[in-house]
Amino acid sequence: MIEARQLTKVFRDRKRGEIRAVDGVSFRCQPGQVFGLLGVNGAGKTTCLRIIGTILQPSSGTASVGGFDVVEQPEKVRANIGFLSISTALYGRLTAQETVEYFGRLHGLTESILRERLDSIFTTLDMNEFRHRRCDQLSSGMKQKVSIARTLVHDPPVMIFDEPTHGLDVLTARTVVGFIRDCRERGKTVIFSTHVMREAEKLCDAIAIIHNGRIMAEGTLAALREQTGVQDLDDVFVKLVEGT
Amino acid sequence: MYRKELLDSLRDRRTIISMIVVPMLAMPVLMLGMGSLAIRLVTRAQQEIPRVMVLGGEDSPKTLSALRALKTIEFVPASRDYTNLISEKRVRAAVEIPGGFDAALHNGEKRTVQIYVYEGEIKSSFGAQPVEQFFRQLSDTTLSERLAAHNFPQRLLKPIEIRKTNVVPPRKVSGNLIGSIIPYLLILMCMTGAIYPAVDLTAGEKERGTMETLLCSPVARTHLVYGKCLMVLTAALVTTLLSLSSMGASFALIKHLGPGAAGGRPPLALTIDLSSLAVAFAMMLPMALFFSATMLAIGLFSRTTKEAHSYLQPLLIATIMPAVASLLPGVELNSRLALIPVVNISLVTKEILSGTYHWNYIALIFGSTCVYAGVALAAAVALFKRESVLFRT
Repeated sequence: MIEARQLTKVFRDRKRGEIRAVDGVSFRCQPGQVFGLLGVNGAGKTTCLRIIGTILQPSSGTASVGGFDVVEQPEKVRANIGFLSISTALYGRLTAQETVEYFGRLHGLTESILRERLDSIFTTLDMNEFRHRRCDQLSSGMKQKVSIARTLVHDPPVMIFDEPTHGLDVLTARTVVGFIRDCRERGKTVIFSTHVMREAEKLCDAIAIIHNGRIMAEGTLAALREQTGVQDLDDVFVKLVEGT
Repeated sequence: MYRKELLDSLRDRRTIISMIVVPMLAMPVLMLGMGSLAIRLVTRAQQEIPRVMVLGGEDSPKTLSALRALKTIEFVPASRDYTNLISEKRVRAAVEIPGGFDAALHNGEKRTVQIYVYEGEIKSSFGAQPVEQFFRQLSDTTLSERLAAHNFPQRLLKPIEIRKTNVVPPRKVSGNLIGSIIPYLLILMCMTGAIYPAVDLTAGEKERGTMETLLCSPVARTHLVYGKCLMVLTAALVTTLLSLSSMGASFALIKHLGPGAAGGRPPLALTIDLSSLAVAFAMMLPMALFFSATMLAIGLFSRTTKEAHSYLQPLLIATIMPAVASLLPGVELNSRLALIPVVNISLVTKEILSGTYHWNYIALIFGSTCVYAGVALAAAVALFKRESVLFRT
C-alpha cells in the first residue's frame, strides 16, 4: 500500500524564487488497485512520484510504501518498488539480459532466483529474440520492454509508473497498458501518472486530479463524474482544474 | 556494481583509448619518436659544414692561414652586414681578428678575439665551436711558448689539477636523470586515465538519463559512489601501470638503438630497479584515489559532460604545475613540501627512482595523500546525496 500524508516539496530557484512543486498532497493507494495521478505537464506528478520512489526527499510531510517510511527507510522502500519513468533510461552499452541481471543483483537476488526470473520475464514479455542485443541497438518498444523487465526482476509489491507510454507508438503503448493491468491482477499496488485522459479512463480504479502541486479531487471515475456533473473525463478534468 | 561499471566502461571506445591506447602509444612516441627525431636533427646539423665569416686579420697571415686550414668550416668573404647574415642564418658565425694580432702574440701582448653567434641556435653554435677551439688551442700554445722563452716550467701553468669522480653506481645516476621526468609523466598519465570514466559515470549518466534508473535501486548512495570511484581508480591505475610498462619498454629499446649500440661512447645504463618502480607505483595509489574522487565530485556537480570537461581543464593545469616540481633543478623534499599534494608525490617518486628512500617522508606523504583522498571521496559522497546537485538544471 502507498500512503502519502501532506507531502510537500519546495524547490528554490535563483531566478524564480521558491517553487512549491507539491503542496500538501495526501492520498492512499491500495493493493490490487491502479491509482492514477492525472495532471497537465508541470502539475507536480513526477515530483510526487519521485518522492514516493525516494529519489527526492519531501520538504515536509511523508509517505509510506508497503509500511516503510520514505524518509526514514528509503533503501527498504526502493527494495519494494519498481519505478518506471521517461527519465529512467537504460545503459546503452549493456545487453538487455545484462541490464536486467545487473538490477536483479543490485536488489540482492541470488544467482539461481535471478536465472529463474530472467527466463520467466523474458518469455512473458517476448524478449528472447533481443535478449543478447545491446540496449543502444534496440527500438523504443524493445527498450520499454527492457525497462519493464528491469522494474519487475525483483518482483516488487508496488509499481510506480511515471508517464510510461509517453513517446511510444500505439502498439508499444498497448503492451505497457496490458502490463499495468497484469500488475493489478497480480495484486500489486500500482500508482500511475499520465496527462492522457483516455489512458486514465481505461486503467485507473481511482484517480487524483493534481494541479499546481495540489490534489483538486480524488475518487473513482464515477464519483468524479458525479461530482462535476459531466461524463467525459476531459470535461471532468477541465471543470475541476478551472474550478480553482 | 563495480563489475557492471567495468563492463560498461570496457565497451566504450573512448575509455579504451584513454585507458589503454594512449599510455601504450604516448610513451614510445614521446621517448622513441621525439628522441630519435631530436637525434636525427642534431646529427644532420652536425653533418652540415657551417659557413663562417672572418672579419679582419689581413695583417696576421700566420693565424689566418692556420684558421683557413680548418676543414670543418666553409669560410665566406667578409661583409659589413654580418649581423644580418647571421640572424638570417645565411652565415652561422663570424670571427673578428683584431689588427696586429700575430705581432701582438709575438710581442707577449694580449688581444681579444670576438666571435659573433646566434645565441640558442644549434647550427650557429656548431659553426662557432671549431673557431673557439682553434683560438683556445692557439692561446695554450702561445702561453707554453712564452713560459718556455722565460725558462719557466709548464707546471706553473696549472698549479692545481682538478679531477671529478662519480662515486654513485650508474644505476642510481640514471635513476636520478630519468627519475626527474618519470614522476611528471606518471602523474599526468594517472590523471588522464581517470578523466574520461569519471565524467562518463557521473555527468554522462545524468545526460543519458541512467542516473535516475540507478537511484531507483536499493543500494545506498554512499555505495554507489564507492562503486563508481573504484572503477575510476581502476582506470587511473591501469593507465599508470601501462605507462610504466611502455616507458620500461621504450628505455630498453633506446638502450639497443642508442648511439652506444653502434659502437660509440657507452651509454648511461637507462635502467631503474624494479623494486623502485614498485614503491613508486605504491605511492601512486593514494594519489590515483585522490584524483579519482576529485574528478568524480566534479563530474557529479556538472550538469553535462561538456560542463565537466570545462571544470576539469583548470584542474589539469593546476595539477601539471606542481607535478613539474620533479623537473625543477634544486627542488628537494622537505617536511613542508611533503604535505603539498602532487608536489610531494612528484618529489618522493623522483627520490625513490634514484634509489633514495627517506622512509619518514614516504610515510608522511603516503599518509597525507590518503587523508586528501578521503576528504575528496567524502566530498563526492556528500554531493551525491544532494538533490540540488543530482537534479541540477
